[in-house]
Amino acid sequence: MDLRFTPEEELFREEVRDFLRDHLPERLRHKVRHDLTMTKADMEEWHAILHARGWLASHWPEQHGGPGWTVVQRSIFEDEAARAHAPRIVPFGVGMLGPVLIKYGSEEQRRTILPRILDGRDWWCQGYSEPGAGSDLASLKTSAVRDGDHYVVNGQKTWTTLGQFANRIFCLVRTDPTAKAQEGISFLLIDMDTPGIEVRPIVLLDGDAEVNEVFFTDVRVPVANLVGEENKGWTYAKYLLTYERTNIAGVGSSMAAFDRLRTIAGKLTRGGRPLRDDPLFAARMARVEIDLANMATTNMRVIAAAAGGGAPGAESSMLKIKGTEIRQAITALTRRAYGPYAQPFMPEALEDGYNGEPVGPEDAIAAAPAYFNNRKLSIFGGSNEVQKNIISKMIVGL
Amino acid sequence: MDFHHGEDRQMLGDTLRRFLAEKAPVEARNRIAYGDIGYSPEIWCGLAELGVIGALFGEEVGGFGGGGFDIMVVFHEIGRALAVEPFLGALMVGQALAAAGRADVIEGVIAGTTIAAFAHAEPQDRAAGDPLATRARRDGAGEHGGWTIDGAKAVVAHGEAADVLLVSAQTDAGVALFLVPRDSAGLGVRGYANIDGGRSAEVTLRGVTVSDAALVTADGAAAIAAAEAAGLLALCAEALGAMEIARDHTVDYVRTRKQFGVPIGKFQALQHRIATVLLEIEQARSAVINAADAFGSDAAPRALAAAKYTIGATGQLVAEEAIQLHGGIGMTWELPLSHYAKRITMIDGQLGDQDEHLQRYIALGRAATA
Repeated sequence: MDLRFTPEEELFREEVRDFLRDHLPERLRHKVRHDLTMTKADMEEWHAILHARGWLASHWPEQHGGPGWTVVQRSIFEDEAARAHAPRIVPFGVGMLGPVLIKYGSEEQRRTILPRILDGRDWWCQGYSEPGAGSDLASLKTSAVRDGDHYVVNGQKTWTTLGQFANRIFCLVRTDPTAKAQEGISFLLIDMDTPGIEVRPIVLLDGDAEVNEVFFTDVRVPVANLVGEENKGWTYAKYLLTYERTNIAGVGSSMAAFDRLRTIAGKLTRGGRPLRDDPLFAARMARVEIDLANMATTNMRVIAAAAGGGAPGAESSMLKIKGTEIRQAITALTRRAYGPYAQPFMPEALEDGYNGEPVGPEDAIAAAPAYFNNRKLSIFGGSNEVQKNIISKMIVGL
Repeated sequence: MDFHHGEDRQMLGDTLRRFLAEKAPVEARNRIAYGDIGYSPEIWCGLAELGVIGALFGEEVGGFGGGGFDIMVVFHEIGRALAVEPFLGALMVGQALAAAGRADVIEGVIAGTTIAAFAHAEPQDRAAGDPLATRARRDGAGEHGGWTIDGAKAVVAHGEAADVLLVSAQTDAGVALFLVPRDSAGLGVRGYANIDGGRSAEVTLRGVTVSDAALVTADGAAAIAAAEAAGLLALCAEALGAMEIARDHTVDYVRTRKQFGVPIGKFQALQHRIATVLLEIEQARSAVINAADAFGSDAAPRALAAAKYTIGATGQLVAEEAIQLHGGIGMTWELPLSHYAKRITMIDGQLGDQDEHLQRYIALGRAATA
């Protein structure tokens, strides 16, 4: 056993840290650190900075514009970026569609689409879930019927994250209604400005509108926008989901969130002593900290196995469950730390340029919305219940 | 033993439930709760006329209830309907006034014509026994004697809507309580929406002068304790009511939502989680019954600490499980459930969270056996 990184990997870590110190704008760092609302321009700004360095698509092959990193390097980058409070890379184009096109797309699709993901001309969103197809994704009903050189798409997608910013959507559609559920699905690329598409925001319990419903009524999509083969979309979808689950543990971002909690618990006092000296709060923090340290090693074990040629399979389900539970525990503790000051609700105070007088201690206003918003972590990307099914099936063989 | 409420209380609860179901089903409630004033004066007046506020007080001060189970019945229904009207302020201010022997000023509170806010907690934390930062000094500033008050009060429920605030302030002799009219010069009220509906306010007092008659009591410790005891019981009962609805909505959902060809309630993994939610809510109900039964007795402080701890811990379980079992739809503004989950969660932070009450419970137990 040797849990150390190699000297080369440590050098790489230094390079990443230097880059973040020199190139991560303070304004963005501040917004991420304080859970403020990220605008489309904020996210695009960070993408452009990473793209300029060639680091945006960290897991794409070099020939397509990736940096050629090992899995360990990718993990180092992701952890360092999160700990520096860098914005999250918007995953839909870079993290999801890109790998699918690289593996299954046509030469033409790779040539025309990948560069537009990198330079930000396209903002992709994901058309997977439907009102009747959540955990049971394969039961999706949105149909695509061949009509000459086009498919005609009808149906509804939901939970489309940041769809309001997107100009393109990749969709799972049913092309063979007679086949077994998984075997009649195709993977289709659709321009959002095609006639017949309507995007409606879904307001969440924290008042935020980051997810959407997308309605398709007789939307005509060129057949050339099909990825891979007709009725093979489920294979591509599953491949995409494995990419959705890389870095699913979110070790770096949980560590950053925990560091922040530790700072808050040192500043705030309860009954005349710092919250971190309150025996019950200290115990709550310690449990999370231990769980996080354990997960960091579990995560590295999975990465080491992947680096050794093993493919992360059901292990990523473990990381998804544990990673989201830990992150949710941290946001719950952060909310708890503010006591009654978690109650005031001032979404305007989370926007750029808010100059009003703060209510309560610093950052109190963001604590409850962040807690409630992060309930999504155990629901999306395959709910934690679905992940447990995968573990019991794939690892245990039940 | 008889675990049924008496006929009168049962009727009160039924009346309140029907009234709120008719006047403020959840969509209407949300318009009210997240609206400009954060409550409905019409519903407030209607409930006052029905005698709901009077049920919170004993006959000696002009009410017709005031027992632990009266408070439980009323706030249980408030929780089930997520009502945002200023009952908690009325209860806590009224109980403090009653404990201080100032029945003369309760009349308007019981009638609902005077909206009262309880302004005791402060932005700055302090150790037990330390003086309040808000200070009052008798300096004859008013026309007939009088006091001057300086300080700040935190997260005062319905501070904007209040006609009068019951403000605690440190004097050389102890903690005094004052009735401060909302329109007093020097009284700043900065209102804001709450994430779970209704409105609260940061209150500042800068050289606020009040007459001697505004002094409710010069030694307010017992009155504050009475107010907080009633407030804790009320919040626990409210949480219980809200948890029942969250449970019902979740059970309905797993019965009707189909995935993999069957209602998801057919999956044993989910059945067990629902079962846990059900049994923990019944444990919480017992905790509230224990607290209501002990209310007003020497056993009250520990029973209230036990109940608030239980409600806090159970509330987080119920709110999180209800959302998770609903999936994404459980996080939407459109679904009533999300508003119940928010209210349940926020109650934990009011008047001391589960950790504080667990420690209070331990300390009270030590003191009893010492």
